[in-house]
Amino acid sequence: MAERAGAFCARAAALLAAAVLVLGAVIATARAQTAGPAADAPAAVTAAPQAVPLSDDPALEAEVMRIAHDLRCLVCQNETIAASNADLAVDLRGQIRSQLRAGRNEREIIEYMVERYGDFVLFKPPVKPTTWLLWGGPFVLLVAMAGWLAHMLRRRRAEVAAAQAPLSDEERRRARELLGTGAE
Amino acid sequence: MKRYLIPLAVFVVLAGFLAVGLRLNPREVPSPLVDKPAPAFELARLGAPGQRVAHTDLRGRPWVLNVWASWCLPCLAEHPLVGELARSGVTVVGLNYKDKTEDATQWLARHGDPYAMVLVDRDGAVGIDWGVYGVPETFIVDKDGIIRHKHIGPITPQALREDILPLLRRLGG
Repeated sequence: MAERAGAFCARAAALLAAAVLVLGAVIATARAQTAGPAADAPAAVTAAPQAVPLSDDPALEAEVMRIAHDLRCLVCQNETIAASNADLAVDLRGQIRSQLRAGRNEREIIEYMVERYGDFVLFKPPVKPTTWLLWGGPFVLLVAMAGWLAHMLRRRRAEVAAAQAPLSDEERRRARELLGTGAE
Repeated sequence: MKRYLIPLAVFVVLAGFLAVGLRLNPREVPSPLVDKPAPAFELARLGAPGQRVAHTDLRGRPWVLNVWASWCLPCLAEHPLVGELARSGVTVVGLNYKDKTEDATQWLARHGDPYAMVLVDRDGAVGIDWGVYGVPETFIVDKDGIIRHKHIGPITPQALREDILPLLRRLGG
C-alpha cells in the first residue's frame, strides 16, 4: 500500500510538473506575443522606408510605429500593421501618422480603428463580458485542476491511512468468520 | 464506467469546439459598422470629376455600396451578380478603390457598367473610413443612411439570393 501511495505521489508530482510546464508555456507565449513586436521594432522601422515615405520627424515616426504595434493587420491577420507591408497596413500607418499630426492622441486613434474594424484589430482584447472567458479561462482551469489535485491527494491519503490502521475488534471477528477459523 | 465517461465527455466537448472552429472563416471579420450610420464622404464621380457626391445625396432610399477595383480578380467574378442586383431595381453605387481612372474606365467598358454611379476613392481613405480591408466588399445602407449589412469578399449567388435581396426587399428597395 505504501508503495502504491508512493507511486501515486510520484504521479501527482509529475502531473503538477506538467501543469506548471503548460502554464509556463502559455505565459511565455503570451509574453512573446506582447514582447515580440516590440523586440523586432527596429527591423520594422528600417523596413518601413521602402513601404512608406517616412516623414522627416523621427519622433513622430517612432510614435506611429509604437501605436501600429498594438494593431492587427486585417489582411495578414497574425501580423501587426507595424510589421506588415500589405497595402492596407501601409495605409493604416499613414492614417495613424496623419491623425498624430492632427494632434490626436493614442487613445483616440485606437478608438478610431476599433470603430471601423472592431476589437479584432486589437492584439490585446479589452476585458468585457464577451471576453471574460478568454481572459479568465486559463486561471479558472488552473484553479479547477489544483482543486481536483488536492481532492485526489486527500482521498488517497485517507485511503492509505485506512489501509494502514490496525484492524478493529469487529474486523478481526469478521475476518475469523470468513476464514472459518474458530480461534486465533 | 465513470472513469471512461470523463475522457469521453472531454473529447466530445473538444471535438465540438474544433468542429465549430473549422466552419468559421477567419478572413470574415464582423464589421462593427453594421447598424451604425454610414461614414460620411464626398467623392468625385468616375468620368465626371467635376461632379461630387456626398453620403447625404443618397438618403431617402436603400442603396448598395459595392467596393471594387480593376486590379481585383474576385471583383470580376462577382460582377455579373452586381449586374443582377442592379437590374432588380436597387441603386448600386460603385466605390472604385485605389485604382487608376483609365484602368477603371476600361474595365467597365469591357465588363459592363451596372452602377448607378461610380465614386472614386483614389487613396483608399473612404475605404478605411468604411472599414474596408479587402476588395470586393458590399454594404447595404437603408434609406436613413444606416448600414444594415456588410458582405465580405465576392458576392455569391447564394448570398445574393438568401441575404442581400431579401434584406433589400425588407428595407423597401
